[in-house]
Amino acid sequence: MSDTGRSPWFLPVIYIGGIIFGVGLALSGMAKPEIVLDFLQFEDFGLLFVMGGAALVTGIAFAVATRYLGSAPLTGSEYRRRVKNLDRNVVVGGVVFGGGWGLSGICPGAAYASVGIGNVPILWAIAGMFLGAYAQGYWRSTRSDEAVPSN
Amino acid sequence: MNMLTPLVALSELFPRGVSPYLLGGLLVGLGAATIYLATGIIAGASTFLESSLSYVSEVKRFNRYKYVSSRNWRVVFTVGIVSGAAIYTLISGQGAWTTDVQWWRLLAGGFLVGVGTRLGKGCTSGHGVCGVGSLSNTSFVNVATFLAVAIGTAQLVQALGVSP
Repeated sequence: MSDTGRSPWFLPVIYIGGIIFGVGLALSGMAKPEIVLDFLQFEDFGLLFVMGGAALVTGIAFAVATRYLGSAPLTGSEYRRRVKNLDRNVVVGGVVFGGGWGLSGICPGAAYASVGIGNVPILWAIAGMFLGAYAQGYWRSTRSDEAVPSN
Repeated sequence: MNMLTPLVALSELFPRGVSPYLLGGLLVGLGAATIYLATGIIAGASTFLESSLSYVSEVKRFNRYKYVSSRNWRVVFTVGIVSGAAIYTLISGQGAWTTDVQWWRLLAGGFLVGVGTRLGKGCTSGHGVCGVGSLSNTSFVNVATFLAVAIGTAQLVQALGVSP
């Protein structure tokens, strides 16, 4: 664990950010698979405002920080945008994720929030997500071209 | 009468109104922005799956530096999400809520979500919120793909009469 250079406020701020994130997911209804499925079945388009509203706020934060601010106060890290390489996996992963999202109405963050609203059956989905992540990681680790040094 | 028609059409598109969705979305963004501005970390919700597997699995892929070095704060972030949703439920006085979606849909859908987010480098928060907020082409491609497939899947499931 590379804790050097981190402020004692690091974990508390992560926790507070998570709380705000979770309140948002619960308030928006995304913690309820039924509401997500209503969107996907064109019965309630509210989800567009959830993703749009959230991307608007992060977009402003990214734009301001990368343009006008130097480095993050609690870690000293330079501010960057979230840019990942576009390759075949991004599309194949999107297809598989879309199939799962459409079948269950659940995505990772919303599933955790769903635990917080007392939705015990969501543990099926969380168990499924861990199994899927494990299967994916195990499969890719058996392919030599994916071998990556552990450090 | 004619002036009311657009309002009626809007209420059909948003039967539960718009404000909880918009306010909730702004808070989701605010949570991610809080972490980003304080730490420079762009928080997605699905990396937690792989980084947490490093606690229990010897598979090398899960024990890469980027997962092991971030796994503790990712647990804190996730516990925060659970806490936030619980706090909202307590304060709003709505009481515990349970889904009617069948267990096999949750399990099978969850499995595909687990495979797909890890293969596709992100989920609705990583690509959908932070990636789109970064105006990343990769994220636009991923989001457009998963939205189209999810809509098709949900409509197909509905057409097959599976409910809920």
